[in-house]
Amino acid sequence: MSNITLLFDTPVLALQLLADGILVGAIFALVAYGMALVWGVMKMINIAQGELVMLGGYVVIELAKVGLHPLAGVPVAAVVLFVFGWILYRLVIFRVVDRDLFISLLATFGLSILIQQLANGIFGSDVQSVDASLGTLLFFGGMLTLAKVKLIAFAAALVVGSVLFAFLRYSRLGQAIRATAQDARAARVLGIDTGRVYAATFAINAAICGAAGGLVAMTWIIHPYLGLTYTLRSFMIVIAAGLGNVAGVLGAGAGLGVAENLAGFVFGTEYQTACVFLLLVAILVARSTLLRRGRRYLQ
Amino acid sequence: MERTHILFPALFAAASLAAGSAWAQGSDTITLGAAVSLTGKYSTNGKNTKDGYDLAVERVNETGGVKVGGKSYKLKVVYYDDESTSARGAQLVERLIQQDHVDFVLGPYSSGLTKAIAPVTEKHGIPMVEGNGADRDLFEKGYKNLFAVLNTSDYYLRAAIQLAAEETRKAGKNPADLKVAIAVENDNFSKDVRDGVAEDAKKLGMKVVVDDKLPPELNDMSATLAKVKAIKPDILVVSGHDKGATLAVKQVAADQVYVPMLALTHCDSAQIAEKEGKAAEYAICGSQWDRSLAYKDHWFGTAEEYAQRFQKRFKYEPPYQAAESTASVLTFVDAFQRAGSLDKAKVRDALAKTDMQTFYGPIKFDATGKNVAKSMVLYQVIGGKYKVVAPSQWAQTKIVFPAPPWDKRK
Repeated sequence: MSNITLLFDTPVLALQLLADGILVGAIFALVAYGMALVWGVMKMINIAQGELVMLGGYVVIELAKVGLHPLAGVPVAAVVLFVFGWILYRLVIFRVVDRDLFISLLATFGLSILIQQLANGIFGSDVQSVDASLGTLLFFGGMLTLAKVKLIAFAAALVVGSVLFAFLRYSRLGQAIRATAQDARAARVLGIDTGRVYAATFAINAAICGAAGGLVAMTWIIHPYLGLTYTLRSFMIVIAAGLGNVAGVLGAGAGLGVAENLAGFVFGTEYQTACVFLLLVAILVARSTLLRRGRRYLQ
Repeated sequence: MERTHILFPALFAAASLAAGSAWAQGSDTITLGAAVSLTGKYSTNGKNTKDGYDLAVERVNETGGVKVGGKSYKLKVVYYDDESTSARGAQLVERLIQQDHVDFVLGPYSSGLTKAIAPVTEKHGIPMVEGNGADRDLFEKGYKNLFAVLNTSDYYLRAAIQLAAEETRKAGKNPADLKVAIAVENDNFSKDVRDGVAEDAKKLGMKVVVDDKLPPELNDMSATLAKVKAIKPDILVVSGHDKGATLAVKQVAADQVYVPMLALTHCDSAQIAEKEGKAAEYAICGSQWDRSLAYKDHWFGTAEEYAQRFQKRFKYEPPYQAAESTASVLTFVDAFQRAGSLDKAKVRDALAKTDMQTFYGPIKFDATGKNVAKSMVLYQVIGGKYKVVAPSQWAQTKIVFPAPPWDKRK
């Protein structure tokens, strides 16, 4: 338990863990938001979510190799992945979207393996990353350090989140997406081309993942097999936050990031993931007891 | 998923037909078998391994082949792709032995796959020489037919601890005052690295102040680095394959965590100096081999000549993974010639008595089959280049220890 005393001795450290957690969580929240969107509208869980992140990372890395600054590469990655998502929908996803959840799970799981192996074939299994050379902000004589790239990633997560929120609320397509999410059949009756809405939703999700992947490439590393981590994290965040709740997803993302960092610090990194999943179980149990209580009142 | 299982055996059957006929074409060929990772997560290192084997075979055949009992044989390797999975590796080696009738097996890439294969070769009494499975416990299982030309993984960074102690002593301070932080991935190789470092640190009276196991889906080291920042150890040891090396270098620089010595494994295969630029400066890396070493043999000449030949043939600089693969083939060749026979038991006994010089280093096996003659190499990244800093007889430059603090670096 010396780790806890260490935390009390140097309170700046707690601040560091908190800041790191929130900044990291924002990137996860982005990916989670895309997942929640697809889940809410298309009623399917996209297992290939992390692979889209990975592809976005590779777009930024490859562009950086021909001289484009990684930051400028992030929107490009979003556009490229938008197109990729659209194509993926037209080729594969539309076949499974109205089917049983199990079928879409299997189909996207298959896609994730396919994309992994393609990426391995094209980019190689090497670990890659890109240096945005943005520098670091130092506080408290270097005890608290914030890499600027993480701050930018955080800001980008906020911007994308709010743009998406506004888009869904006010634009025609956004309204169609929400209508489809509420009741696809009724939306079709009212003349909404749900096929197009699904395609747009999936493409937007891919674009979000692409942008997130670009940020990941700058902050951490990209390799063909990192997908599952991001899929699982975003799945957890969506479970904890619920569908269709932008603020909730951001909050859950940041909370998860902080929890993970604190757990890693106090119990050691080997228990990091275990702690986070334990937390998820606790949240689910708490949520279901709360819901059960609500149900009792209704009766 | 089911369908792939039906498809693959069919493919392999076709491949083995081709291989089988090749084997039958002449008795003046010695066929070695190898399952290496040509696809999957080890595909890069798997290719290094295969290229290393191929270069050795080409060179040996060029220089007159293998002379066994007054007759000259050509070498040949039958390859299969193990897809970087252990189960597949074991299956394929079984196939090599049973259907392709291969009597001599070359190792796969990685300790995990070597571990999967060793019981199979052991069961059939087939000698295996490998250069890419460094786990210590591979050599604690009593295998009689397993020989490794490389240093076991616990040796990767022992030298870094020794060197730090030496430098501290020279500066008139007590090495026992040094504090060591260790963060390794939770796999056998990295845990061996950790144990080696911890053992040497303990012997020298140093304190291990952080001992973190990084998760296999490692993508962020912030929590460990926050601890390092608070405790201020003198040495930070990170081992987590390419991923760990890249992350450590990137995040230590981004968070400006100061450690006088950052010691890593896999920096050369992760290409940290090339890819991470200034962030990698002063990092210390453990490596099995370097082209600047003064080893030589009569097949390739010096290590540098080997490197040039390799580069000309495959258009990239040979990583140590390729060099140790080449050395594995040479070890077999040497054993064939000394055994004067292609009987697998006689070759095994000859292998056990190996005592030879190669461009890769001296090779001599102890009773458990690991090479005890060679020592590890330490690099430091200085001016964006890997410079050998240990062992001292081959050092290109003196180690920079302690590394300058971040605000003193340009």
